[in-house]
Amino acid sequence: MAKNVLVLADVRRGKLRNVTFEMLGAAHRIADGGEVSIAILGHGVEALAEGLGAHGADRVFVVDAPELEHYTPDAHRKAFMECVRAANPDILLFAHSAVGKDLAPVIATRLGAGQVSDVVDIEGTGDSLTFTRPIYAGKAFTKVQVTEGKVVVTVRPNNLTPAEGDLGKAGQVEKLAVSFGPQDLATVVKEIVQKTTSGVDLTEAKIIVSGGRGVKSAEGFKPLYELAAVLGAAVGASRGACDAGYCDYALQIGQTGKVVTPDLYIACGISGAIQHLAGMSNSKVIVAINKDPEAPIFQVADYGIVGDLFEVVPMMTELLKKELA
Amino acid sequence: MNILVCLKQTFDTEERIVVENGRVKEDGVKFIINPYDEYAVEEALRLKEEHGGEVTVVSVGPSRFEEAIRTALAMGADEGILADDPALFGDEYTVAKVLAAIIRQRPYDIILAGNQAIDDGSGQVAVRLAEELGIPHISTLTKLVVEGNQVTGYRDAEGDVEVVQGTLPVVVTAQQGLNDPRYPTLIGIRKASKKPITRVTAADLGLNPDDIRPRTKVVDTFLPKPKQAGKILQGELQDQVRELIQSLRTVDKVIG
Repeated sequence: MAKNVLVLADVRRGKLRNVTFEMLGAAHRIADGGEVSIAILGHGVEALAEGLGAHGADRVFVVDAPELEHYTPDAHRKAFMECVRAANPDILLFAHSAVGKDLAPVIATRLGAGQVSDVVDIEGTGDSLTFTRPIYAGKAFTKVQVTEGKVVVTVRPNNLTPAEGDLGKAGQVEKLAVSFGPQDLATVVKEIVQKTTSGVDLTEAKIIVSGGRGVKSAEGFKPLYELAAVLGAAVGASRGACDAGYCDYALQIGQTGKVVTPDLYIACGISGAIQHLAGMSNSKVIVAINKDPEAPIFQVADYGIVGDLFEVVPMMTELLKKELA
Repeated sequence: MNILVCLKQTFDTEERIVVENGRVKEDGVKFIINPYDEYAVEEALRLKEEHGGEVTVVSVGPSRFEEAIRTALAMGADEGILADDPALFGDEYTVAKVLAAIIRQRPYDIILAGNQAIDDGSGQVAVRLAEELGIPHISTLTKLVVEGNQVTGYRDAEGDVEVVQGTLPVVVTAQQGLNDPRYPTLIGIRKASKKPITRVTAADLGLNPDDIRPRTKVVDTFLPKPKQAGKILQGELQDQVRELIQSLRTVDKVIG
């Protein structure tokens, strides 16, 4: 049966992240003839509304307001609920990102709905949907169904496929006016400190260069950043490296930390503790560089180089600079 | 200050997962406080040390959760509440409603929790709880400052730090990096055995199990296909690097 689907566009630094198109593609498939809408919330975001019909949107709702410049749950709840009223969705898709992960449970609670988080696959259409999601950070997976009411989902970036070609939907843009009261401004963002130097975000990166205890110091991460710059990659780290103070906890990949599934994961000086493997072993291709041939990371690696990362990583950077020039 | 902490017991992070008859096997598993909740406990204790007051640990789960609550009491929390009535178990929708019912019966200024549990990893319960209680929340904090009524949370947002302000009462969730949780001392462990843990049932909370029935169901649990160990490259290092990049570009096509 046809179902209406509403997607929350995932906006970061004034741009739509890829996961937005992945969600629209999925929405188009599961709507089963129902209407696909997308909500764009923010300030100065109107230009993002153009051309989304090609990606599968029938309707595009824009709430543009200074109160939405930075994400806060209360203001975004107010704005998103206006979009819910306008779109009348049965299924709501959010990115499993800093914003989507936080807003989805707010909306699910408002709607009295069940939520399936961090979904990597959706089977079925309309009212018979089965969602696949990792548990224990990817050590195992479950298939989950929503048994009644509306369906709220957060989608892991890089896993669902966007629509191919132009879907030729109307993508009709509708601006919604929302007024914000004091209860919608219960929290405010005072300041944002941008820490990610490369601008490539770990959870959405296609390539990750990651360092462990073998990197030995904060300066030891320098060759990893140089390799990442050539590859357009993000830099990550193991818990060992974070605990040792070589890098910020924001970079940590593992069962505590971020779970990532890039196309290419390059593990440098990482031994491969179970808790780290849980966070990255579902990457498509894994390269391990480690001095210890017995390191467990080699058990999950597609390619292994037994050697000193301080020799190997700069060699890779130099060679890639030539080849990609 | 009345400080509440929501806590879940989880598998140790070094445990391997065994699936039997479509369920995760629990036999012989070492259990710990969910690491993110442990940060929340530590932060609660620091708030108590700074502002005075009481720390109460609240949990929904089977009776084995008592061990995790005892650990929090040994760290310095004052009392525990465990909803171990199976009529109160369900999905995140259910657990948030149960926690809200427990917490509504008590005074509170701040509620702390992990931003997610390392088992289900859904990151819903604390945020749902705030919404059930009708109070604001600030999530995934790496630093928390409470001055008078004013709360400032440093939120980890995809690597950036957002400095967010609000007022009490509030729900805050912990991200790793928030603090370094203390180990229970021997004296703490001895004291913990005398601290109260109250068990509550659906009847105590005035909840009708049908009103909190889960909205989702798990239809299958399975392990990912085991990853085959790949190729250890051989020869001169320079040649290994050349072969690696060649393969990544032409065979796997993961580099431009």
